[in-house]
Order: sequence, then C-alpha cells, then structure tokens
Amino acid sequence: MAAVRTGSEIALNRFAVVIVLIVTLIFLAPIYWITSTAFKPRNLATTIPPTVVFEPEISPFVKLFTKRAQLRSAPTPEEYAAAPWWERLVFDGGEKVVRSGKGEVQLSGYPSRFMNSLIVAITSTVLAVGMGTFTAYGFSRFKVKGEQDLLFFILSTRMLPPVVVAIPMFLMYRAVGLNDTHWGLIILYTAFNLSFSVWLMKGFIDEIPKEYEEAALVDGYTRMEAFFKIVLPEAATGIAATAVFCFITAWNEYAFALIMTNRRAQTAPPFIPSQVGSGLPDWTVIAAGTFLFLLPVAIFTFLLRNHLLRGMSFGAIRK
Amino acid sequence: MTQIELRGIQKFFGAVQVIKDLNLKIEDNEFIVLLGQSGCGKTTTLRAIAGLETIDEGDILIDGQAVQHLKCSDRDIAMVFQSFSLYPHMTVYENIAFPLRATRMSRSEVDKAVRGIAGVLRITDLLNRRPSALSGGDMQRVAIGRALVRRPKAMLMDEPIGALDAKLREEMRAEIKRLHLEQGSTTIYVTHDQVEAMSLADRIVIMHEGILQQVGSPSEVYSYPANLFVAQFVGSPVMNIAKAQVSEEAGSARVTVDGAEKGFAFPNELLGKIDRLKGANGSLALGIRPEGVMVEHQAREGFLPVEAQIIEPLGSYDIVDLKLGSQMLRARTRSGFVASAGDKVFARIDPTQAHFFDTKSGNSLGVRL
Ligand SMILES: Nc1ncnc2c1ncn2[C@@H]1O[C@H](COP(=O)(O)OP(=O)(O)OP(=O)(O)O)[C@@H](O)[C@H]1O
Ligand SMILES: [Mg+2]
Repeated sequence: MAAVRTGSEIALNRFAVVIVLIVTLIFLAPIYWITSTAFKPRNLATTIPPTVVFEPEISPFVKLFTKRAQLRSAPTPEEYAAAPWWERLVFDGGEKVVRSGKGEVQLSGYPSRFMNSLIVAITSTVLAVGMGTFTAYGFSRFKVKGEQDLLFFILSTRMLPPVVVAIPMFLMYRAVGLNDTHWGLIILYTAFNLSFSVWLMKGFIDEIPKEYEEAALVDGYTRMEAFFKIVLPEAATGIAATAVFCFITAWNEYAFALIMTNRRAQTAPPFIPSQVGSGLPDWTVIAAGTFLFLLPVAIFTFLLRNHLLRGMSFGAIRK
Repeated sequence: MTQIELRGIQKFFGAVQVIKDLNLKIEDNEFIVLLGQSGCGKTTTLRAIAGLETIDEGDILIDGQAVQHLKCSDRDIAMVFQSFSLYPHMTVYENIAFPLRATRMSRSEVDKAVRGIAGVLRITDLLNRRPSALSGGDMQRVAIGRALVRRPKAMLMDEPIGALDAKLREEMRAEIKRLHLEQGSTTIYVTHDQVEAMSLADRIVIMHEGILQQVGSPSEVYSYPANLFVAQFVGSPVMNIAKAQVSEEAGSARVTVDGAEKGFAFPNELLGKIDRLKGANGSLALGIRPEGVMVEHQAREGFLPVEAQIIEPLGSYDIVDLKLGSQMLRARTRSGFVASAGDKVFARIDPTQAHFFDTKSGNSLGVRL
C-alpha cells in the first residue's frame, strides 16, 4: 500500500468500516436482546416498543434455578419473612409463583441440563480432537494403503444430513440401552465431529515439517515421544481451532439431543424451549437460560482467540 | 573411536534405484564430504546412515556393529538438517538441551553441557531467545550445538550452510573446520558446492546418479580425477575436455584435438604409455585444466596460434577462451595478459598437467607425464 493515501482510498476505507459496523450490529443484536431480557423484570420483557432503560434484576436467574409452583395469592408476611433473600427478590417483583409445592426450595431442571451439556460437549470434543489428531498424524506421516480412499470415506460420513439417520439410530440406541445416557450422546457427537477433526488436523499436521520429528528421532527419542514433545506443541493452534469447532457443534446440537434424551442425559438445547410450553411463558427465565447457555462457548472461544485467528488462515501466516 | 563402514548399500524408491552398490569406509575422526549434483542420492545416503531411511540391501557398520536394523534413536548419531529444524516452540537453551533430556542426565549436568557447548559456539547470549529471533548464522550454530552437545559417535550434516548467503557461508565454513579440529568427531558432510568440499574435507566422496565415482583427498580428486565426471565436476573453472588423437611426427609425440589442424608437442614417452593401452586411440579424450594451458604473445616452439574470444577478468587472474580450430580452450592467465578479445596469441599444453580419458567408459587412463 502506498505510504500517502489518496482521497478516494480514505473514502473507501471509511465505507469498509461502516459496512463492518453494520454487519457487527446485525450479529450482535440478538445477543443484546437475549442479554437484556435476561435481566429485565417480567412485566418489561414483552413491552412494545421494547424497554431499553430499566433497572437490571437477577430474579430471572433465581427463577431459572429453582423449582416453582403457582400460588393462589400473594405471600403472607410470615412467608415473606421466612423466605431466603433470593426468594424475596422474586416476591418483590410482584410474582405469585414461589418455591416448590411443599415449601422447601428445590433446584429446577436447568442446572442438571447445563451440566449434561458440559459433560457431553467436553468429553466428545476431547475424544474427537484426540482421535482425530492421531488419525491425521498417521495419514500425514506414514504410507497408508488406499490413503485417498480412506480419507474420502471419512469425509463421506458428513455428506448426509445427520438427522436422516435419526430414527434408525434411535431404534439401535434403544436396543442397546444407550437411550438417555451421557455416553449415547458422547458417542454420537464424537462420531459427527471425528471426520471433521481428521481433515482439519491433517491440514495442520501436513504443515509441520517432517524434519522436526526426524531431528527428535535422531536426538534419541522414540516416535511416540517425538509426537508428544514436538508435533503436539507445534499443532497447538490447529488443535485449538478444531476443538472450538467440535465444541460448538456438540454444544449446540438439538435434533439428536431431543430424540435420544428426555431426563437424565438431556442437554440444555432441547430443555430450554421445552420450558416455553409449560404454563405462561416467562420470557425472562428463558432468556436467562439462553444467556447462560451462550457463556461457555463465548469464554472458550475468547480464551483461544489468538490460536483461532491463526488457525482460520490454515497456517498461511506461519513462516 | 568411531568407524563407519558402508557395504554394498542398495536403495530403491519404488522402481527408481537411488543408491547403487555403495561401499565406503570412514575412519575415526575423519571429515568426509559427500559431493555430487542435486538428486544424486547424497541426502538419501546420509538418512540411511542416520536410520531415517531403510536400505534395501547391504550393511551399515558403526564400529564393526551392523546397525541397519536399529532405530535411529539407538544409533547414537547426530544430524544437522539443511533447514536447521530448530524446534520453534523451544528456546535456544531448550533446543540444545533437548537431546540430553532423552538421556538420564541430571539437571546440573545438562546445564553444564549446554553452557559448555554454547561457549564453544559463542552463542551464550542467545540462550534465552526463540529460534525465530535468530539470524541464519546463529540458527546454524544452534543446530550444530544441538548435534554436538551429547558427544555423538558421529555427526552427519546435510548441506548445513547451503541456505546462508555467500559471505556467511565462508565464515561458517571456517567455523565448522575449527569445531571439527577442536571437538574431533567422525563427520559426514553433504554438499553440492565443490569449494566447500575442498576446503573442509579430509577425503571427498564424489557421487553421481547414486554411484560412487571417486574417493580421495581434495588434492587427489583434483589432480587425479578417476573419470570424466569427476574431472569436470571438480575444479572451477571447468577442465577443458576434447576428443584427441595421439600421433608421432618427426620423432616426437603429438596430441591433436579434434577440429584443430596441428597438434601439441608432448614428450616421447607418451607414445609408449598410450600404446600399451591398445585401442585407446580413436576413443581418447584429452583433459587439461585452465591453469595447465600456457599462453604467450610470441610464437615459440610447440606453441599453436590461437585467437582470444572471451576474457573474464576475475581480479587476481583472467579466464580467457581461446579458439583452437573449432574447439574452445579455456586458459588461466595473469590479469590483463591478453588485452582484448580478438587478439592473436600462442598456446601450448603443460604435458605434466594433461589427463587422458577413454571416452567409451569415461574412465581415466591413468597416464601422467
Ligand atoms: N521419499 C522419496 N520418495 C521417492 N523418491 C525420492 C524420495 N527421496 C528422494 N527421492 C529421489 O531420490 C533421488 C535422490 O535424492 P536425494 O535427496 O538423496 O538427492 P540429493 O543428492 O540429496 O540432492 P540435493 O542436492 O538436491 O539435496 C532424487 O531423484 C529424489 O527425487
Ligand atoms: Mg539433499
């Protein structure tokens, strides 16, 4: 680029900035909406036009995490005095829905669904990335008979929309008792992500010069040691990028989670909309659930952002 | 004490034979240079010795022990790669310490060894840097340090300074020589640069298309090339080669190159020597290095008239292309000796520097005067 910019170049640059801003706004709007609703009092959640200025509350989160039943009337002063501080927050909002049927506070279904999501997504990501990395290393470094055919076969598992096999999978899972188990979902998501992980990791490992490992071999290390000490650190960027993609896929998966699980192993995606249907929908609670659901992916991606930026360019920046 | 012996090595890549029946014995502490054109199998030979490549036939012996079935980590050989391949995620210190960490060495011993070798290589102040922050010459020093630090049985270097610029190459060449003299270890060094080979080697091994052509000290391969390939590959500028006839004329021997009207005078004993190699005449080539061509301004006994065509001034001397009949003869003269192209001068060949080859086999006839 020329050191001195002409007028038209500056105009073009400003135009690009405006476009980027608009696109960013479009992407951020739903996130803003969910986040703001998650902190709104219930009566402001559905106003038209939307309320922008309000005093944020955490009562939607209290309601999200506790089990509740409908009361006939407002709480009595004794009930109010006996309630813990977070229950009072809910009362203060003018709600008649309080605590569980018998009086003691119970956890709602959300925390366990959230845990299920974490367990399933993390385990399947670790498995898919781990196996994918080993497989990719094998394909990248050794002469494998029918390498091209095998790689194509691995890729071909992604050519069909996964839902197509949902019913047969459901029947098979029921037959072997994997229905509504963590392992059932973990196996499914690992299988989804594995082909993707193999292909992505192969690209990254191909980029790492063979000579690094050969130097380690000559320096007195076994191939396994060379893999762990040299290849893995060098492939860290690729592993991070692959892990983010696999995690997001497993975290967001809806269709199979809906079909294969209902209670014990149910993840958050099928659980959150199921709450819309029970009684009068409290949008603030649903927004709070969605808001929390967004956090892990956001944090994970944020932590790995440097790796991701380099990873997206598939090693083009690497010297 | 480390001797390396290669016996009848054969190596195929698919149907292509890359090493053909290679036999070589390398003595303890010797600095051997593998010299050859690109693709002649130098790297493959080195990798076979290191254990990175399996061989199809033959034996590789280290101190009399056959090692061709050992993994490379069990051969105790160090290698410097052309691209250095320093581990980018480790500091210089960690890079050099890496081979020691594979052994059961205590921390303090490792530290001592790393600092020791860093001192020898003068890179002590670079120990905390990452390889990406090093210059080419420093990377090369670190790579050598990593190879030397565990005092391996032998050291293999694959064009270690090929990627550096000319000035740095010269500097590093001297450095490698110094290190070898100081540290002393059996070394096999691969290059396609004959100047590098000449200046470093105790013995040069010249390879061509997977076949060993000649083994000898730098002066041996320069003065007594075993065949036409070696004759033309070693030495710069290249040796003059021309088909020639040997005849007797007025009681003295004459060597006439094809395309020239008259022959150069040679001592009579040449006749007897060539005669013994019956049939050589007719498929005979004369080889003479440019410094073996003598040039005079005046006509003298035994000198043939020639015309200067191109003059390359190279500072301390000139290389002059002389037209002799339809042949070109390159001569080395004092600088400015031939003033300009087109000048008529007189040339003869120094018989003691002439080489004779059989053009059919390409081999030297071993005739020297
Ligand atoms: N892994 C391989 N598979 C197939 N052919 C190979 C392989 N490695 C090398 N070759 C071939 O073997 C021949 C010798 O290669 P090698 O690398 O030993 O040459 P070299 O003398 O080191 O050349 P250079 O000076 O270019 O490094 C070349 O023709 C090359 O194409
Ligand atoms: Mg090579």
